[in-house]
Amino acid sequence: MSTQQTLETGTKVRAPENLTMAAALNAAIRDAMVDDPTVVLFGEDVGPLGGVFRVTDGLYAEFGETRVSDSPLAEAGIIGTAIGMAMYGLRPVVEMQFDAFSYPAFEQIVSHVAKMRNRTRGQIPLPIVIRIPYAGDIGGVEHHSDSSEAYWTATPGLTVVTPSNPADAYSMLREAIASDDPVIFMEPKSRYWSKAELTLPVQTEPLNRAVVLRSGTDVTLIAYGPTVKTALATAEQAEAEGLSVEVIDLRTLSPFDDETVGASVRKTGRAAIVHEAAQFGGYGAEVAARLTERNFFYLAAPILRITGFDIPYPSPKLEEYFLPTPDRILAALSTWEWS
Amino acid sequence: MSLNVESTPLTAVLAPPPLRLIDDTGHAVAESESGGFTLPPVETLLGLYRQMVMARRFDVQVTALTRQGRLATYPSALGQEACEIAAVASLAPQDWLFPTYRDSIALLTRGVVPKDILAAFRGDWHSGYDYRKFHIAPQATPLATQALHAVGLATASKLKRDDTVALTLLGDGATSEGDAHEAFNFAAVWQAPVVFVVQNNQFAISVPLDKQMACRTIADKAIGYGMPGYYVDGNDVAAMYAVVSAAMDRARSGGGPTLIEGLTYRIEAHTNSDDPTRYRKSADVDLWRSRDPIERLEKYLVAQGALTDELHAEILAAAEELATETRDCMTEQAVIDPLELFEHVYSTPRASLAEQRAFLATELDNDAAASALISEESTR
Repeated sequence: MSTQQTLETGTKVRAPENLTMAAALNAAIRDAMVDDPTVVLFGEDVGPLGGVFRVTDGLYAEFGETRVSDSPLAEAGIIGTAIGMAMYGLRPVVEMQFDAFSYPAFEQIVSHVAKMRNRTRGQIPLPIVIRIPYAGDIGGVEHHSDSSEAYWTATPGLTVVTPSNPADAYSMLREAIASDDPVIFMEPKSRYWSKAELTLPVQTEPLNRAVVLRSGTDVTLIAYGPTVKTALATAEQAEAEGLSVEVIDLRTLSPFDDETVGASVRKTGRAAIVHEAAQFGGYGAEVAARLTERNFFYLAAPILRITGFDIPYPSPKLEEYFLPTPDRILAALSTWEWS
Repeated sequence: MSLNVESTPLTAVLAPPPLRLIDDTGHAVAESESGGFTLPPVETLLGLYRQMVMARRFDVQVTALTRQGRLATYPSALGQEACEIAAVASLAPQDWLFPTYRDSIALLTRGVVPKDILAAFRGDWHSGYDYRKFHIAPQATPLATQALHAVGLATASKLKRDDTVALTLLGDGATSEGDAHEAFNFAAVWQAPVVFVVQNNQFAISVPLDKQMACRTIADKAIGYGMPGYYVDGNDVAAMYAVVSAAMDRARSGGGPTLIEGLTYRIEAHTNSDDPTRYRKSADVDLWRSRDPIERLEKYLVAQGALTDELHAEILAAAEELATETRDCMTEQAVIDPLELFEHVYSTPRASLAEQRAFLATELDNDAAASALISEESTR
């Protein structure tokens, strides 16, 4: 479970507040900018508007044009210029407005952001945070609900993280900005307005660690970002049916926390992974493969994937049929032979 | 493709004569035709001449090594020395250069030794010099991507109120890439202290410029972005140096970006794996050989009495020394520990990479043990 300690920074401790994930992300960027004058923020509409999800609200007014700026509408340009800034000692935090709008920047991310440190044998690190609002369940029109995580997790050199709650959103973003490695920071849009009482600055488990959100003995349910809520709801429902479900929030997708997840799977002997992205070649395939390779003799059943279908993300009226639900997850678990 | 067979592209008919300060015959052009630029002093031109001769000798030597199969590849800049050397000569020590794979002689001119330039082409590592010491980014292979890095670095310099300017080298083909457009636009909107030097060597591997664009010149595009553009004779090092230096000065004093097109010609093939006789006539190559940038400056300097026989001989001797150093560095084979493959991917080691590193280490140990056993058997 998340612990609430104080960050070892100059950030002063505030009174407890009821904060949304969007507000927690906003506070994380603000505090990082106060702490470190090399942190700069730019992207589409992040200035006076405060971002289309208001994650950068008020930062332009507080820090001014030199540290917070609207960029031309060009994602490769945003990432490419962030690379040059990082080479000159800045720590850019940039926003891709929506998941599917990060694709024009694919080359800059995959060919340079991910590879520069290795290409230069460590001489040129790129401390860049690329924030990507992702996933669906917001009634978005086409191109506004993609789950693009597998493109990034398949790329060596990138760290890929996704918070599922306001406390992690704050803590993980602070840590991502402080990291010397580039971080793809994926923000589940459907969770932006979820709330929690936080005493900032909050520090949860470090990046690269998964957490067990709920203990159970029969099944390990692995989720991240938007599906953590679904997994917890599933566990509640399962308990009523006499099934004890352990829920893991991965938090960091790359690297994968083999230790935490492996220990859980060895305990329960059964595991299922839940994500919104399509199944074929999706992140769940990697999770199932590596858990099986490492824990085969502890497994009582094949690892299941409960995911979006292998189709493009549907239109708003049809997305409810696409997204994994507790019922669909429980139905999948019931296909196992339970002896 | 026959899309533009019926219409003649503007590139072919309307391009104006490029700006030049020394003409094909080695004579200074009249002041009225020099576009407001002044011919650099003879001492400066002598320095540029020397660097061009050195660069060519290096280029010829490396091409020869490649033909001998000793390098994986080498994209030559033969014939483009005026653009490359003028660009580097215009840099102040604090400035950053963002080169491409074709710009090895620019690295050489900024002081990188042959051994380190050739590390990438020899296949030792993807890139192999001291970027921070020389203020040179790794040579970019994905076209035009480095132009955005230059704009970003220049913008960071501006935000920090430094006087560092970034200069990026691009080819004509690269200007078709979206990243070139985004770099030009970001630079102009942000008034970044950056200079774009496009070497129009007229071919993108095999594709001629009139299949890349339908406007008169690449420099013309600058007006669309709201920055100055110059169309320069890229085989006239005096003009290239004057124009690039002026652009660097303007960038440094807060005047924003400049787009400079140097009209030149790629005398060699794209790389050793290309056959240029399939897409261009040898008569065209001969014509451009006759417009050689080094010979042009040589004529001018000899006529000025600045390039004496002794000085010429001294420069050629230095160039031969460089060629020897270049050949010699090939005999020192760099030994790269395969386990270093895991060292630089992340700042802090990952458990999964540590596992894979251990796997490779075991393989290497087993191989070494097997080799030792074989050699023991054979000596018995």
